[in-house]
Amino acid sequence: MGINLLYPKYEVIRNFDRCIECRVCERQCANEVHSYDPELKRMVADESKCVDCQRCVALCPTRALKIVETDNTFKKNVNWKQQTIEEVYRQAESGGVLLSSMGNPQEYPVYWDKMLINASQVTNPSIDPLREPMETKVFLGKKPKNIELDEAGNVKTILEPQIELELPIMFSAMSYGSISENAHKALARAATKMGTCYNTGEGGLNKELYQYGEHTIVQVASGRFGVHPDYLMAGKAIEIKMGQGAKPGIGGHLPGRKIGEKVSQTRMIPQGSDAISPAPHHDIYSIEDLRQLIFSLKEATNYSKPVIVKIAAVHNVAAIASGIARSGADIIAIDGFRGGTGAAPTRIRDNVGIPIELALAAVDQRLREEKIRNDISIVVGGSIRSASDVVKAIALGADACYIGTAALLAIGCHLCRKCQTGKCNWGIATQREDLVKRLNPDIATKRLENLLTAWNHEIQEMMGGMGINSIEALKGNRLMLRGIGLSAKELEILQIKHAGE
Amino acid sequence: MKRVYVNEEWCLGCHLCEYECAFANSGETNIVKAFKRDRKPIPRLHVEDAENGIHFAVSCRQCEVPYCVLGCITGALSKDEKGIIHIDENKCIGCRTCMLMCPYGALTINNNKTVTKCELCTNNNQEPACVQNCPNNAIVFEERE
Amino acid sequence: MLREGEIRIPSGCAISGIIDRKGRRCLNGQKIVDSIAIMHDRSNGLGGGFAGYGIYPEFADLYAFHIFYDTMEAKEACERYLDRYFEVVSYGIIPTKSVESIQDSPMIMRYFVNPLLTKAKTIGKVPIDEETFVVETVFYINSNIDGAYIFSNGKNMGIFKAVGFPEDVGEFYRLNEYDGYSWTAHGRYPTNTPGWWGGAHPFGLLDYSIVHNGEISSYDANRRYIEMFDYKCTLLTDTEAITYIIDFLNRKNGLSFEDISKIIAAPFWSELEHMDPAEAKKIKTFRNAFSSLLITGPFSIICGFTDGIMALNDRLKLRSMVVGEKDDIVYLASEEAAIRAVCQDLDYIRAPKGGEPIIVRVEREEK
Repeated sequence: MGINLLYPKYEVIRNFDRCIECRVCERQCANEVHSYDPELKRMVADESKCVDCQRCVALCPTRALKIVETDNTFKKNVNWKQQTIEEVYRQAESGGVLLSSMGNPQEYPVYWDKMLINASQVTNPSIDPLREPMETKVFLGKKPKNIELDEAGNVKTILEPQIELELPIMFSAMSYGSISENAHKALARAATKMGTCYNTGEGGLNKELYQYGEHTIVQVASGRFGVHPDYLMAGKAIEIKMGQGAKPGIGGHLPGRKIGEKVSQTRMIPQGSDAISPAPHHDIYSIEDLRQLIFSLKEATNYSKPVIVKIAAVHNVAAIASGIARSGADIIAIDGFRGGTGAAPTRIRDNVGIPIELALAAVDQRLREEKIRNDISIVVGGSIRSASDVVKAIALGADACYIGTAALLAIGCHLCRKCQTGKCNWGIATQREDLVKRLNPDIATKRLENLLTAWNHEIQEMMGGMGINSIEALKGNRLMLRGIGLSAKELEILQIKHAGE
Repeated sequence: MKRVYVNEEWCLGCHLCEYECAFANSGETNIVKAFKRDRKPIPRLHVEDAENGIHFAVSCRQCEVPYCVLGCITGALSKDEKGIIHIDENKCIGCRTCMLMCPYGALTINNNKTVTKCELCTNNNQEPACVQNCPNNAIVFEERE
Repeated sequence: MLREGEIRIPSGCAISGIIDRKGRRCLNGQKIVDSIAIMHDRSNGLGGGFAGYGIYPEFADLYAFHIFYDTMEAKEACERYLDRYFEVVSYGIIPTKSVESIQDSPMIMRYFVNPLLTKAKTIGKVPIDEETFVVETVFYINSNIDGAYIFSNGKNMGIFKAVGFPEDVGEFYRLNEYDGYSWTAHGRYPTNTPGWWGGAHPFGLLDYSIVHNGEISSYDANRRYIEMFDYKCTLLTDTEAITYIIDFLNRKNGLSFEDISKIIAAPFWSELEHMDPAEAKKIKTFRNAFSSLLITGPFSIICGFTDGIMALNDRLKLRSMVVGEKDDIVYLASEEAAIRAVCQDLDYIRAPKGGEPIIVRVEREEK
């Protein structure tokens, strides 16, 4: 076609004074942007294929490369932004639904950045985490209504199954298929070493990873990929995926090009054809159906595993959570609208769902009003970006946080948001063997352990500053937060005061 | 004794080890300058890229029984007390006998027509440059039986 | 200026407690007043109070309600409510003495009542036990009848409090005219001028009374949990929350005070390795099941209850507390001076560790 409506978004800027023609960029770009021209005796680049994954930039030994956003712009228009116009062109060309990866990048308020944390002074001392015990251990699961003791004074009541975490952060669900085997290995090993859990996502579980079962949450999603009795028994807990923050209301989507032999085996589906999970679970059309599935899973695993129900944060999330709490679930996981994904329709990712901060505040408050907050634990995800987000989430009422994007960033992801192509240059969101090789699980495991260690230490520092030395005293402690730049309504929903009050 | 080993599971064939090796042994302080010269520095290891997608960086094994040393007609090649095999440039006449003797093809000709090979960066006062700069931990420096 | 219940007011303080192990009514109110008076500088005159046990032997089986009234309308509304659901056996003004520094006194009345449980059925709660009924009455009146505040509601015990230095409050209430077997006292140093008598300490619910020195950092976490169990935290003070927690664990859950201290001042995880396995398992279960009842931040509390007393510090011992004894009378206070002031010669005096409860249970000799 002679006409190019879509100008390349990025320009590859090479400083020829620094380039030594080592060709690392050429060898390492799965999109085939760079090549060596022997006649011109220098490197050339085809920017139309560049996705700004930064692989060449990171590997270039002389830092000769940079990727910049093109300054070829359409006329400025606040309503019809260039991106919006280009999306219309793409749809006119393809007739298809626009697909995107990773979390919602649009401009909506980030409430984490509008909340401030307290510190103790004068009337109540802060605590030094380097010199005093600072405990971040949490238990997820159903708590008993009361405790009975026997004559000797020992505990008689038997608790429902719990997950014991050394720190309040777990790795979020990312399926095998959307991410590589090496990425899964690294997550499993790091979770085991740090005393927390990772989540299989809806892609089933590789047999080699069963050894990390004590630190694995196995997911049962609407497609029921990879679900069989051994799978259920292998994990520490079972998560029923009712929804996902990035695409509330629709099921998972794994493009056929990412389904090779191993993925096909693990998921129990044919190779090469798109794996599109159904929108609802077709055996759950109502809350009582969910209760039935929860108890079916409990029966199948002899009531030995806690059951988590994962929902997307939508408008009536508080009422939904209340229903789930009464349905026999042990833990509720809420995924906010900023959550990441391997592939989702762009319009749904960018326009459906609500922020996790508001959802969490509403759910925690509603469950306490109904006096059932003790019946479940709450885990939140959908853009937890730093240790301060974790502290704020716990202060709002969460028991623990899920991190997805942050974990991938730790192992090399640069958020180029092209996961759906299956050509992840960092070896994360791909199944191509030559690319998967790029993610060495030894390196990745260490980086994930470092990330969790760093965040745990930061959480301890902030807790100490508040005069709290055990994380359970931070849970739901909203007086430790103040809002800044929030409207009266937002403060009311979050149930926190404004800074200065 | 510690040697350089390659885990081919992780070698991506990016060839960065070659460039870093060449630079480390070039005596230059600026990598760009080193490669802008008319005669580019020569790496002492080379990466084999196979059709089936396996890549492997080949370097001197610092053999227990070094055929190159046995074959050297001028005594330019010698083994030190640590077990590392060195080349004396002044004695080397470029006859290439060692290149034929080496079962690994680990020796190559330098810009000044003498032979060169990996000496574990002992002459550079650093840990082997290839090990330090491999982006995927495919090259390691360790003792193995 | 906002008052307790509208805003959270942190404060530092002084506390003191005396109990006779044999339950004899040999302790005159003046003794506890003298003890707390010596710690004058720990207060700033903005609150003082006392709790006495065994002070109403003639009405020992009736609930003694002490009530503040701001207006006659409040008194009438409250009395109408009480007449409807309780048998009011005796009532009257709590005798006071004019003291220059104690100003702006509300009407202070006390009523000795018996709940009429058959009447309780008319509000639709069947069956109900006596204690729950009294608790609900107190919550109802304190939240719904403007200007009326029940600040003491136990049997054969009473709380006396006001805005002023504790020794002046003691003089105001003529505590030298009461004898009991157990007393606690509190002097307050708030960082705000509440000007409201109801905000002083002790805080009481049924026969639990708490005096507290400290500022808990876990307050909101504790409050939002305990409110799920039908408690209303109307004062927004630490002491109120702590009292409800103790009532919940002791009365509703039947746990002993030893176990309560293991929940609210739970041992650190690192200490579990050195414990007996059954005990470690118990602590782990407690910390898991009652995680939101852990209290962090400095606290030093003396909890009075019928026939006993418990003193407890936070795990890091961020507030002072000493305990001494002489001739079957146990003394507790924020400072040794407060004990020596009323008993020079002691059998022993020591400072308990952080998290170590001092529990005294009265053992009466059978007649």
